[in-house]
Amino acid sequence: MTGQSSGPLSRARKFFDSDLWWSFKGDPGTVAAAAILLVFGGSTLFAPAIAVHNPFDAAAIDLMDSLLPPLGYAEADSRFILGTDDQGRDMLATILYGARISLFVGFSSVAFAMALGILLGLVSGFVGGRVDAVIMRIADIQLAFPPILIALLVDGIARGLLPRDLHGEISIFVLVFAIGISGWVQYARTVRASTMIEKNKEYVLAAMVIGIGGRLLVTRHILPNVIGPTLVIATIHLAFAIILEATLSFLGVGVPPTTPSLGTLIRIGNEYLFSGEWWITIFPGVALIVLVLSVNLIGDWLRDVFNPKLR
Amino acid sequence: MSLLEIRDLTIDFPHRRGDFVAVRGVSLHVDPGEILGIVGESGAGKSTIGNAVVGLLQRPGRIAGGTVHLAGERIDDLDDKALRRLRGRRIGMIFQDPLTSLDPLQTVEQQLVETIDYHLRLGKEASRKRAVDLLGQVGILEPDKRIKLYPHQFSGGMRQRIVIALAICAEPELIIADEPTTALDVSVQSQVLALLRRIVEERKVGMILVTHDMGVIAENADRVAVMYRGNLVEMGDKAQVLGAPRHDYTRSLLSAVPRADIRMPRLAQVGHSDARAEAKARATATTAWVETRHVPAENIALRLDGVSKSFVIKRSLFPHRRESFLAVSDVSLTIRPGEVFGLVGESGSGKSTLARMVAGLLHPDDGRICFNETELSAASKPAEWAAVRRRFQMIFQDPYSSLNPRMRVADIVAEPITFLGIEHDKSEVRRMVSRLLELVEMPANAAEKYPHEFSGGQRQRISIARALATSPGLLICDEPTSALDVSIQAQILNLLRDLQARLKLTILFISHDLPVIRQMCDRIGVMRSGRMLEIGETEAFFQSPSHDYSRELLSLMPHFRFQSNDGRAMGPADV
Repeated sequence: MTGQSSGPLSRARKFFDSDLWWSFKGDPGTVAAAAILLVFGGSTLFAPAIAVHNPFDAAAIDLMDSLLPPLGYAEADSRFILGTDDQGRDMLATILYGARISLFVGFSSVAFAMALGILLGLVSGFVGGRVDAVIMRIADIQLAFPPILIALLVDGIARGLLPRDLHGEISIFVLVFAIGISGWVQYARTVRASTMIEKNKEYVLAAMVIGIGGRLLVTRHILPNVIGPTLVIATIHLAFAIILEATLSFLGVGVPPTTPSLGTLIRIGNEYLFSGEWWITIFPGVALIVLVLSVNLIGDWLRDVFNPKLR
Repeated sequence: MSLLEIRDLTIDFPHRRGDFVAVRGVSLHVDPGEILGIVGESGAGKSTIGNAVVGLLQRPGRIAGGTVHLAGERIDDLDDKALRRLRGRRIGMIFQDPLTSLDPLQTVEQQLVETIDYHLRLGKEASRKRAVDLLGQVGILEPDKRIKLYPHQFSGGMRQRIVIALAICAEPELIIADEPTTALDVSVQSQVLALLRRIVEERKVGMILVTHDMGVIAENADRVAVMYRGNLVEMGDKAQVLGAPRHDYTRSLLSAVPRADIRMPRLAQVGHSDARAEAKARATATTAWVETRHVPAENIALRLDGVSKSFVIKRSLFPHRRESFLAVSDVSLTIRPGEVFGLVGESGSGKSTLARMVAGLLHPDDGRICFNETELSAASKPAEWAAVRRRFQMIFQDPYSSLNPRMRVADIVAEPITFLGIEHDKSEVRRMVSRLLELVEMPANAAEKYPHEFSGGQRQRISIARALATSPGLLICDEPTSALDVSIQAQILNLLRDLQARLKLTILFISHDLPVIRQMCDRIGVMRSGRMLEIGETEAFFQSPSHDYSRELLSLMPHFRFQSNDGRAMGPADV
């Protein structure tokens, strides 16, 4: 059979021949964004190998190196290309380690929001009636509040409920939960709308004639056909989640300063901005902008590719 | 000098894998006061010509060569602004779907007055008077009152009349009608076509009538152009093209049209085709599958006893304010084992609702449905419905939506087999799938592909293969060919007939197309507004229908017959 022979090689050839790859190649902005994201993601992944020291390890840092300026200044130290912060941590290393946390929180909260939103959207669209009304009213209520407020609220309640000594270890998961909860509505609405369209299509009726119903019908027939648009939302949401994490950390309710994310770094650096040590806040800020911009550009491109009306 | 003169027109759609030529070197002309019919199957390029004339080609399509002259003036190289003046003013357009060609947020008055004022510069008052006048001319009663209404307050046929009024409001010299009646019921269709004919005669405008319906062409066109894959294969007088076609393709296309006047043992298939092997279906179904495993379950007799179904159209907390619509009302019928029973009716007559109740997708409010001895009613439990499920299957109308786009063909066909527990062994399931695909004359490698890789006719075959997977006794076909071209329709109908004869299937066949019903069915039931008007043997029905409505339906059916030049009645049999 021909299907059996389609190994990874022919699949790769198929990919490079596809319209997706063609449209990607023809869009220099997206290619650049993807390249930056690849380099950025790769270096955070290999941060232990690239960075001069682990900034989270108190034994590896030396307070004598604190507040050194980046290369180009007379007092600069060649080990620390982007300078050091108030505790003597190398800025480049802190940014790489911090971006790790930012990306982890971003990806996991998007995955959480997506799972929750798709589940509720499917139920809402397929079951309809009262269930739909209840879920959608909750979504409406949530949309009346800004996401940052909801994240703050969830974060605050979780901190209040959990024992104090656990805070350090699980604050990052609280953050993921808070950001995820604040973003499920968009997924649920999109999935609900397409589910309502798909469930009246004839292939779903054909499955129902066989007798397939309930969970199997939804997971096997409807889900694969409604999931496409949510991937596009996810890329745009990813950029937003990273920003939201940074904002929360900047406000001091995010990850603890011992394991700083990009947002925490910007907050710490903010205090030194007026005393001349600009690099502590500017470099993490630039890193954040570049990261979010790349993700956004890719998200925009995906949206255009999957929406034939915009072509 | 002719009104519209198209010379050597070539239209292509640039693509990175090579340009797709939609129309190749077509030359034709239209004279004032005549209707030029353009026929062809989907993808033949017939609509593309019309769009090119008015400069409405879908991007990235472009005119790659040739010229278009309107009354001696070249119009294919005009800029957007000039084309806008041309559209509506000198060329009127009528599109297929009256639902979408009117702006739903504006009243008919606003749309008509705006268009008239834009083109003729009459001023608001005069434009309004003219709009009312036009509506009267296209047969809308009380035009001065109804002009205030919104498009959704009119029926489909009335809306198409408004579109026609819009198209003729600026006294155009040419009207392009692209499948103007395809979305309408037969009775409405004949009224709209009569109106178009009257306009052409009275105002001496030229008309291009694009359609895939040979009956419409035979009754309305003066001259006929036949398109095949972007080429104009034949053009001439209607009597010549339909009565004595010169080209092979025209000849086979005409013979594939189901005939309303006589029942034929088989439908002729379109023989002329490119080297595409898949388009050529072999004459009969293969046999291996049937004998080895699936002896057809049993002959199923179906009996409906006073079945009714209504839908709620207005919900309310208070019972007296609720409103419902009776879709099927007290229908009783019996289908004998091994019989093909046809269900005819216009849209909204309740035939699809009836089919869905038989298939178990909807449960009747009242009455009983009996499969052999098993009796089901509104009170039956879901388990009882489930038990009879594998004994009947359904084939749907739209082959583009009836297959899950994310599943491979093998999985689609195998689904009923594995879900209903007919076979669990994987290699055995695979063998059954390939036999089923063979049965519906699909290539063996089809199993590993996805539905979008197939044409409409092939998809409908896959749909049939899936329906046969459980070896059902009863097959419910809901307009199985109305979304397909004539040539594909002939293949699918022949396939269904072969399978029916071989597997002794009982078939409930739903269609609004009377000629198709005559070719396929043993007995016929006619439905209107949820009621069964008459049930009878097919031949007796076509020769002497007993109900008034049946007689009306038969008389409205576009007859593929006309007087030839020598006064002899001609039909495809004489081809």
